[in-house]
Amino acid sequence: MLRFILMRLVKAAIILIAILTLNFFLIHAAPGDPAAVLAGEAGAADAQFIEQLRERFGLDKPLLTQLGIYLGGVLQLDLGYSYRQQMPVADLIFARLPATLLLTLTAFVIALVLGTLAGVLASARVGKWSDTVISTLALLFYATPLFWVALMAVLVFSVFLNWLPGFGYETVGANYTGFRRALDIAQHLILPATTLGLFFMAVYMRMTRASMLEVSQLDFVKTARAKGLKPGIIQRRHIFRNAMLPVVTLAGLQAGQLVGGAVLTETVFAWPGIGRLMFEALAQRDYNLLLGIFFVSAAMVLLFNLITDILYRVVDPRIRVAS
Amino acid sequence: MSDFWKRFSRNRGAVIGIVILAVVVLVAILAPMLFPQSPWRMVQRPFLPPLSMNQYLLGTDALGRDVLTGLAYGAQVSLLVGIVSTVAALLVGIPIGALAGYFGGAADDVLMRFTEFFQTVPSFALAIVLVAIFEPNIQSIIAAIAVVSWPPVARLVRGEVLSLRSREYIEAAILSGQTSAAIIWRQVLPNTLSPIIVLASLMVATAILLESSLSFLGLGDPNMMSWGYMIGAARTVIRQAWWLSFFPGVAILLTVLALNLIGEGLNDALNPRLARRGK
Repeated sequence: MLRFILMRLVKAAIILIAILTLNFFLIHAAPGDPAAVLAGEAGAADAQFIEQLRERFGLDKPLLTQLGIYLGGVLQLDLGYSYRQQMPVADLIFARLPATLLLTLTAFVIALVLGTLAGVLASARVGKWSDTVISTLALLFYATPLFWVALMAVLVFSVFLNWLPGFGYETVGANYTGFRRALDIAQHLILPATTLGLFFMAVYMRMTRASMLEVSQLDFVKTARAKGLKPGIIQRRHIFRNAMLPVVTLAGLQAGQLVGGAVLTETVFAWPGIGRLMFEALAQRDYNLLLGIFFVSAAMVLLFNLITDILYRVVDPRIRVAS
Repeated sequence: MSDFWKRFSRNRGAVIGIVILAVVVLVAILAPMLFPQSPWRMVQRPFLPPLSMNQYLLGTDALGRDVLTGLAYGAQVSLLVGIVSTVAALLVGIPIGALAGYFGGAADDVLMRFTEFFQTVPSFALAIVLVAIFEPNIQSIIAAIAVVSWPPVARLVRGEVLSLRSREYIEAAILSGQTSAAIIWRQVLPNTLSPIIVLASLMVATAILLESSLSFLGLGDPNMMSWGYMIGAARTVIRQAWWLSFFPGVAILLTVLALNLIGEGLNDALNPRLARRGK
């Protein structure tokens, strides 16, 4: 197991270096002076600052030397400076990271729990009306643009019904502390997390349903039935456990999309995470900040993938034995 | 062909999908005739609610532009980006998958690591970065969507080729002295066509969602009216004018839904063996 984790960490490190190299070449491929790109929108930075950048990143040296300087900087957690926000990029990102982690993890749990539950329910009632309702809903959620469903949720639950806050991370100026504050944040979290999770809920539901039906046709399930085990036990112990394997794999692969979706959700709900930060960086053409966020979100995806891979080994004893 | 159609039309959802898509395509083609006014032109007072004037059925936006006209022209952008970026992704993914699967060994290793890299990177974030750096326009949007959507094609084709590679008819082709290129092109690829077609129809749907998300964030082509842009522009006035974001969203939802339904129908019709599995 340790060896496996170590191997995966090495692989993740290689991918991260590849992403940084890609970032580096993107800075150079962008139209205009790389120093101006690093500084943010052309014209925003003064000549002296540009000159400083040119010196620090060795922009007059050969390309490979520049790449070395760039990678070396990142290894020291230096993602550059956002001229627009007057702060180091790394500080900006790490200040916003907890909010995004809270949002994406909550959305992930909501999607996984509700999605698999609905999938199991639908598979147990194939062809009945409850299956039809669940499958149709999944089909609709699967086709709905994330940002639109978020806006509609604000409209219905916040503007018309006034049930939930549709804006921000906590009530501004309320200065709650302790449990009261946690409750306030939770209230603000419900709409963003649910709308972000909706698409993934649909994906997990469809996968669970198909997988449950497939496993229920296998020989060992027939044997269990022939032995006279109760259908409920077969459903839970025999079918469900095996049917979850492809769902876990898929969930790991989808982590990247969840982080991407956070850009849209956070923009709609003014959620102060790195997704919202990315939107701000876009609006200000702050390329250096943009690339920094891209790098950190890729690192987050790699972490998600690693966790699901470990989880997979815990869930499936066959792989544990084989390795 | 009639057999194909019979199997396809047995899926009721797929038929509904075809009908919806046909309407969207018609609207996109006929947009300049149905709505000769430019979608950017101010035609009435701003924030005209829907159904209040027959001439502007779905109302007007914050700048007095007709929503219905915008929807019609938006259909053009969605379909254009969806189709062209999918074709581009196929042109990248099919050769990579075919080469990796056919030659195996080191070539397979290198190509698949490359594919894995693009699959691990958060695709939407990469698309945002690409479009932002190369300036938002229709070409950069199509290219960015193609860059993030080819890996599943490569993996699918590789898997198919891998399983075909050991068939006897391929061995016979090798023995008869055909070149690798000829074998891949004439013997292998035609047999991988059905799953590629199914995947492609779903990719068009995903591409349309991606395009709308990019334009929602302000990364659309500034010269083309798109559904995502309409919703993005209406975001801040949602409390006053719900219809500005509601209708374009319905348009996206219906188009994407139609393509997904068609994809499922194609799957039933082209891969009857696979289709039965999940049912």
